Amino acid sequence: MSHLLSVYKGYFRTSLAVQFQYRAAMFIWLLGAIMEPLVYLVVWRTVALQQGGSVGGYDVGGFAAYYLTMMLVNHFTFSWIMWEYDYRIRSGEFSSLLLKPVHPIHSDMADNWAYKLFTLTLYVPVAIGLAWLFRPTWNVEGWALLVLPVALILAFLTRFFLDWSLAMSAFWTTRVQAINQAYFVAMLFFSGRLAPLTLFPPWFQRIADFLPFRWVMAFPVELALGRLTPGQALIGFGVQLGWMAAGLLLLNLVYRAGIRRYAAFGG
Amino acid sequence: MSADPLITVRNLRKTYTVSERPPGVGAALRSLIRRQSREIHAVDGISFDVAPGEIIGFLGPNGAGKTTTLKMLAGLLHPTGGDARVLGFQPWRREKEYLRRMTLVMGQRNQLVWDIPVIDSFELNRAIYQIPDGQYAATVALLTDLLELDPLLHKPVRNLSLGERMKCEIAGALLHQPQVLFLDEPTIGLDVTMQRRIRGFLAEYNRRTNATILLTSHYMADVEALCKRVVVIHHGTLLYDGDLAGLAARFSPFKTVEVEVPKGAGADWSQFGEVIARTDGMVSLRIPKGETAAVTGRLLAQFDVADLTVQDPPIEDVIEQVFQEKLRIEE
Repeated sequence: MSHLLSVYKGYFRTSLAVQFQYRAAMFIWLLGAIMEPLVYLVVWRTVALQQGGSVGGYDVGGFAAYYLTMMLVNHFTFSWIMWEYDYRIRSGEFSSLLLKPVHPIHSDMADNWAYKLFTLTLYVPVAIGLAWLFRPTWNVEGWALLVLPVALILAFLTRFFLDWSLAMSAFWTTRVQAINQAYFVAMLFFSGRLAPLTLFPPWFQRIADFLPFRWVMAFPVELALGRLTPGQALIGFGVQLGWMAAGLLLLNLVYRAGIRRYAAFGG
Repeated sequence: MSADPLITVRNLRKTYTVSERPPGVGAALRSLIRRQSREIHAVDGISFDVAPGEIIGFLGPNGAGKTTTLKMLAGLLHPTGGDARVLGFQPWRREKEYLRRMTLVMGQRNQLVWDIPVIDSFELNRAIYQIPDGQYAATVALLTDLLELDPLLHKPVRNLSLGERMKCEIAGALLHQPQVLFLDEPTIGLDVTMQRRIRGFLAEYNRRTNATILLTSHYMADVEALCKRVVVIHHGTLLYDGDLAGLAARFSPFKTVEVEVPKGAGADWSQFGEVIARTDGMVSLRIPKGETAAVTGRLLAQFDVADLTVQDPPIEDVIEQVFQEKLRIEE
């Protein structure tokens, strides 16, 4: 365990040093990550105002709180590994990771955290500025805030394991980007990122219940907004745990099959 | 072989399935329904042993199966068949203990992180390989000394030249003091001075640590300087396994005879053998091995010979001949 900690420390330090080299690129990515929920927020705010102040249980302040929280939850849980894995395998770069006596997922995870820590310095002031501008309203209770970190960690791990498993399709196909796009679209709709799930028809919400997406995004957001009862939160944690275990199992199975298939191109 | 082998390879095979289709739209459409594929036997049943501390050169033309063999022994590739043990481990099980005791240097971008100073990449390897502080400091000092890394350690990797990067790559790969080194073209693309320096370093490293080294190289100078033993692979099969001198003895049916005669001594030299080079006073002849004694006898009898040497042809020529003729090692 202490070995893994020092490995993480090493990866983390390296990754932070690299992030500093790409400050401008980081700023542009960050801008994209902020613009997306901001556009949705402006659209739904306008709709709510035209509908007499409220749509699907969200008023103007509610929408502001929803999208600002969604922005932060997405920042905390997202990964970009699926956009890189393909190159990593085709270029043979994966070989150098495989030669190390540490599972390659650890360097990715440390990299993810380093990026998030680095960009948090920009995210927090932006979020405060947007809150000042859009006046969000929260009705959250203490117990929900207390368990929120657990929901966020489970959401992050689940998303990371699923993203990593999906990214490994690059072992079998050269058309990973198409798979990524399909995954991205499903995530956009079923996670509540595009709009709160209560705005969708009931049958759509039932489908969302059986997919992992809402549990890694909408669930922590709703918890943070005080929209869940303790009973609903408990069910949510159970489902999150289930998806995280499933993600970990899938990751191990795909990884084992993938490296047997790996052709170690290049180099 | 005196010591127990450190590496044993038995009937190792690697087959790739490659999909193929003829050119044209019609063929593209047909391939949607029925995909055609072909099997490529990259490594086709090779066996050999390596004793601790040996330096072995893997020779073969491009696509012979050298790199595929190294990748299997380093645990990157799962073989299609056969078995191999390195340090008692089956490499492709990729046990951590095995990965901590070996290294593979392949290309230019394995150990080093492109955007940060070299020493920071070394620090990362220290954490990954759990290198104790004292050992790390001593190894960095040793490698810095042997490879003259001092001016490079604090530069970002992207600012290094090809040769400088290769030196740092090699150093990064040796920080954890591996007992087995797999080196795939360690001097490729480097100038002669840098090649010589890396060669000298590897010989010294082997002498100091008794590490076992398997290397592939297209530069015969690397092989001649470092490897007493060579393994020649062609089309995935083993053609020769033995010492470098024996390679010429086994595969070259010719000897090179150089004769120094008084200036102006004219003769039809082609009656003695194939004339390779000729200057006034010096002739090089290629002579079938079996006729060497008779021909040298005739030369000595007919001319006032100042000097005469009989040599095996240059090793490059022998290797080229081996590949061209696709000779198979006799069982």
